[in-house]
Amino acid sequence: MSSKRILTDKIFEYLVTIIALTAVIAVILIFVFIVKEAFPIFFDNEIRYDGKGNEIATMSKMFLPQVIDGQLDFRWQPTSDIPKFGLLVLIVGSIKVTFISIIFAAPLAISAAIYSSQFAGRVFKEIIKPAIELLAGIPSVVLGFFALIVLANWVEKVLGVKPGLNTFTAGIALGIAVIPIIFTITEDSLSSVPKSYVEASLALGANKNQTIWRVLIPAVSPGIFAGVVLGFGRAIGETMIVLMASGNAGILSADFFDPAKTMPSTIAVEMGEIATGGTHYTVLFFIGFMLFTFTFILNYIGDFVVHRFKKKLAGLR
Amino acid sequence: MTQVVYKIKKKFNSFVLVTFLATLIILLILGVIFYDIISQGISHLSWEFLCDKPAEEIRMGGIFPAIFGTALLVLVMTVAVVPIGVITAIYLHEYAKNNKLTRLIRVAVNNLAGVPAIVFGLFGLGFFIQFIGHGIDNMFYGGEIVYGRPAIIWASLTLALLTLPVVIVTTEEALRNISKDIREASFALGATKFQTIMRIIIPNCLSGIITGAILAISRGAGEVAPILFTGAADLLPKLPTSLSDQFMDLKFHIFVLAQSPDVKNSTPVLYSTVLVLLLLIFILNLIAFILRSQLRRKFKSH
Repeated sequence: MSSKRILTDKIFEYLVTIIALTAVIAVILIFVFIVKEAFPIFFDNEIRYDGKGNEIATMSKMFLPQVIDGQLDFRWQPTSDIPKFGLLVLIVGSIKVTFISIIFAAPLAISAAIYSSQFAGRVFKEIIKPAIELLAGIPSVVLGFFALIVLANWVEKVLGVKPGLNTFTAGIALGIAVIPIIFTITEDSLSSVPKSYVEASLALGANKNQTIWRVLIPAVSPGIFAGVVLGFGRAIGETMIVLMASGNAGILSADFFDPAKTMPSTIAVEMGEIATGGTHYTVLFFIGFMLFTFTFILNYIGDFVVHRFKKKLAGLR
Repeated sequence: MTQVVYKIKKKFNSFVLVTFLATLIILLILGVIFYDIISQGISHLSWEFLCDKPAEEIRMGGIFPAIFGTALLVLVMTVAVVPIGVITAIYLHEYAKNNKLTRLIRVAVNNLAGVPAIVFGLFGLGFFIQFIGHGIDNMFYGGEIVYGRPAIIWASLTLALLTLPVVIVTTEEALRNISKDIREASFALGATKFQTIMRIIIPNCLSGIITGAILAISRGAGEVAPILFTGAADLLPKLPTSLSDQFMDLKFHIFVLAQSPDVKNSTPVLYSTVLVLLLLIFILNLIAFILRSQLRRKFKSH
């Protein structure tokens, strides 16, 4: 081999390695730049106080109840005379909407995954899988649109709840987006359970009902758990559906039929209308930082469980 | 397994029935969404609608600038994401040893796929516009704001980061399908790794690479959150002429129309725009699906 060819080969290898680091650099840069814009919230007093020396965006103002109209309350009113950044309003809003979406999506998706992998005939399976892919391909703005125009109407007419744009409506629409995620991961883990599990159980004299509930379901429960966790991660970060369907009201409430405001939708609505660098801007980046951290942890747990589950089953096959 | 469980199925109908009903409900939801959008959207759909500029604010007229903007957006995105994604996949499959660096890259790709779309939007604003854009302005334009504001280039690059995992995963799957024999035959004939990759591996997984690009486009064409503050404009009948221009965009157009105070009047336009976006994404996914199954069949027959 001529030395020129070896040299080209080496240079190419280095180039490929460097370019392959793009994903790593991207993740680091995302973290660094979100932190850079968000962290003045902890120490920059120009951000934390208004011009007259009143606290507006300190930790206690954001996370503790404030006296509003003589009552202790949480509010998100960033544009009022004295801006109120009650982050708990958004956190509770996010959790409420996500909760409904999971309650709606998980039973449907898990059942459908069990049916598809265990009971469905070949033809029906050929229908279910592309259908789920089709559902996963619907852009979130389209689901948001559907919730806004159609679902909200049904909620008003059938359930008699007004306004139709509320936590419940947003949660259902979000659930539709989460179904494919939970389905795919559950289906995947169900089809990796070895035959020998079921056969051994039947051979030991367990009847079929016992086999389903005591062998099959427990065997795939880590897969189901991971599916729900990853679905939760997707749901809590989803922006457009909630933005269009939840009614966007910055008031803390425990009622699932009240309008709600979530962390991602608040960033989406308000970031476009404000000057860079101010208190509001920094608080929005701080919300972004919380979202990033939160989804990071959820994805880590989900991936970890899936990985360990697959490894365990691989050893037993 | 199917046979064993088939016996279970015969005995315990209630469990099978419940899971079957859940499956039906999901199919029904899908059916309702598609039926509603197609039946309502088709009436307003016409060549004029596709080729005209918006009129009366955006409530009437056509959506051509939005279609053009989306096309340009995903084109620039594709140019950025496909080479990087393909090269990363080649590294992971052809070069990577089982070491810390490889694991780090895999973890990063996984993570990137899990970052919420809105966080990409924030990143685009903080990094591309505030940092890179302002940097370019200060260096080359003497502080005059040219790139330090929302623009199509920044929206495209933000989407490129978001779709990077899609391209990597799809390309790697295609690489995995190439049999070892071809590779070894190439080495045996005296080709270097570089030559093998350029002349054997890339041509052989070309349809896999195209599939990855199409899936990235279909994902990028549907995500609104990352472009909210990085370049999309409400109403801009003038088509973008430079990469530092703002642009109209199909998916963003849907959001803007849906947010307008008199949603009732704009509903026909809204439905048709949604239908156009859905058709676009559906056709893209269909092409990717066909390419993929062809690829699988081809390598099965080897």
